[in-house]
Amino acid sequence: MARIELKALRHSYQPDPKGDQDYALKQVDLVWEDGGAYALLGPSGCGKTTLLNIISGLLRPSEGSVLFDGVEVNDLSPEERQIAQVFQFPVVYDTMSVYDNLAFPLRNRGLPESEIDSRVRAIAEMTDLSDMLQRKASGLTADGKQKISLGRGLVREDVNVIMFDEPLTVIDPHLKWKLRSKLKELHQRVRVTMIYVTHDQTEALTFADKVVVMHDGWVVQEGTPVELFERPRHTFVGHFIGSPGMNLLPCEWADGRARVAGHLVQTAQAMIQPRADAKLELGIRPEFIRFVDAGAAGGLPVDIVNIRDTGRNRIVETDLAGHVVRILVNEGLPIPEGRAHVLFDPAYTQLYADSWIVEAGDQQ
Amino acid sequence: MSLSLNDIFLEVDGETHIYPTSLQLAPTGFNILLGTTLAGKTTLMRLMAGLIQPTSGEIHFNGQDVTGVRVQKRNVSMVHQQFINYPNLNVYDNIASPLRLARKARSEVRQRVESVAELLRLGPFLKRRPSELSGGQQQRCAMARALVKDSDLVLLDEPLANLDYKLREELRAELPRLFAMRERTVVYATTEPSEALLLGGYTAAMHEGRVTQFGPTGDIYRHPVDVLTAGVLSDPPINTIPVVKRGEQFCFAEAEGWQAQGSYRGLPDGEYRFGIRPHHVSPATDGNGGMLVEGTVMVAEISGSESMVHFKFRGSPWVSLAPGVHAFEVGQTARFQVDVNHSMLFSNQGELVATMGC
Repeated sequence: MARIELKALRHSYQPDPKGDQDYALKQVDLVWEDGGAYALLGPSGCGKTTLLNIISGLLRPSEGSVLFDGVEVNDLSPEERQIAQVFQFPVVYDTMSVYDNLAFPLRNRGLPESEIDSRVRAIAEMTDLSDMLQRKASGLTADGKQKISLGRGLVREDVNVIMFDEPLTVIDPHLKWKLRSKLKELHQRVRVTMIYVTHDQTEALTFADKVVVMHDGWVVQEGTPVELFERPRHTFVGHFIGSPGMNLLPCEWADGRARVAGHLVQTAQAMIQPRADAKLELGIRPEFIRFVDAGAAGGLPVDIVNIRDTGRNRIVETDLAGHVVRILVNEGLPIPEGRAHVLFDPAYTQLYADSWIVEAGDQQ
Repeated sequence: MSLSLNDIFLEVDGETHIYPTSLQLAPTGFNILLGTTLAGKTTLMRLMAGLIQPTSGEIHFNGQDVTGVRVQKRNVSMVHQQFINYPNLNVYDNIASPLRLARKARSEVRQRVESVAELLRLGPFLKRRPSELSGGQQQRCAMARALVKDSDLVLLDEPLANLDYKLREELRAELPRLFAMRERTVVYATTEPSEALLLGGYTAAMHEGRVTQFGPTGDIYRHPVDVLTAGVLSDPPINTIPVVKRGEQFCFAEAEGWQAQGSYRGLPDGEYRFGIRPHHVSPATDGNGGMLVEGTVMVAEISGSESMVHFKFRGSPWVSLAPGVHAFEVGQTARFQVDVNHSMLFSNQGELVATMGC
């Protein structure tokens, strides 16, 4: 197992990159502690697969270094880095039994059969494969095969890190949560460093203790699921995480308050001073807006445009002076008709300047 | 515009693929086929399109029997999960293809392609090949082809399944508006209950080749006819557990029990299956009342705004989904509060007996 450090990593697929636009990875500095559960989250094309390939050793970075326990591994092959990988499509030896599939990495290393047997049985127990050890892998469903891939990663004791690249893509939607929670459970039991790459926020947030959100070759935020939800540092994180994402409204800033369409709005921090020429936006998640009576302090007038039922919530789309504001209302709570007033919870109302959060003490 | 299936039955090599099914689809809004993979959604769609013929039964469209009429002779569009476009044609020609096939005048083709492209925000990409588009744009292109044809019946088979999460969210909000332009029958297959609920309209819940229930989506979500339908409409799955009613009491076993209330009071004594959706089960905090259950935590997943806790309750896997952060250790014993007012009661055979509130 290892602590992984990425130092000033940059990567370009072009032979002679000029500016930032030529880099798939613009600048990445990260430290992943030994035994942690991490996720790399972002849309297609954000650079997450490039980063994954650099860590695993399939790709050599244009600039910067990768360190395992303080030792640079830039020149080491994937084998030498002792990494296990689980891909989108399960990689199993179809003609072999489940048992032999799990035993394969250990036999390759010449371990005695008695030790192999106890390891294989322990891992099969953890991955719920005990009942099918003698079956041919070819007869298993996609989730069964993916469990074998996972088991093969866990069976070795010398693995530095297990990396998952969109591992649930081929799994039936109604089985996804089962495999997802299995992974989480396994991590809590074996505590090997795991890195999970995905574009799916649910998978990333539920699996990882810390999520790294990537956008356009940059890391825009690294944080716990709660931090990403409650205090997105970049409007992209606000938008990408949460369903629906954060409401973003153009605003002005004066005397410690935001002004949105002529209305004053209180934010989480008042003692801030955004740069004068920056594009300012107010960010508030649909979960942190509630309906209030007309005339209530801080209430903003909106028109109800549309209501959609998700079963346990309703997504209410409203119009605030030409801007869309979405509100999440729990099942069973009343929703007014026509004209209504809403209150943004000040604790979760943030100011963004040129897409980055503005906080007290920022160097603007 | 109305499509009806009368006792449609499909058997292939002696194996039943679709059990006798009768459906009268809604002429406007979405008709959703909801079920897991292999529930029969695609097969039912192919029957509606005329791509395959039923073993018995009739399909009527606008009052006419169209059973046996081949797909080419019907005015049908279909969009699949995989983005299907002509790779060698640009977006404009892709969208125009069905109109050219129907030998429409050049000016009409231009006008219709441009208006559909505008609607689907493909305007700037008309000169590009599909390979130069993102996944979302490729699927929009395939959808534009289905829309431009102006068919009376549009079949959408999991059209968003291969798209990124955020794109799915965006298109899901747009779709009802796109297809509301004119009266036509729209059928939409999905595996996700939340997608069915968001799209609204009517839903046919499917399980292993059967339509278990058909009705307004919100109604069948709140009043499923049986435990299978409740399961199809619930993600994560609905929690169930056998219970026994004795007099005024419901019991999981000898020791635990709760007072029968509301519509549950008049029920005859005996065995039932109690059902409760995960978001009506929450980690117990001191002092909150209601019904408490105790289980062994298998795993807790925290998404930032919500916590999903998987636990074993008397041998059954249960899930709690609650707002806020609730951390648990694997293997820990924990208590959960069950909101009985949102529960459902099924017979031993799985039929709905009663619901509380909703």
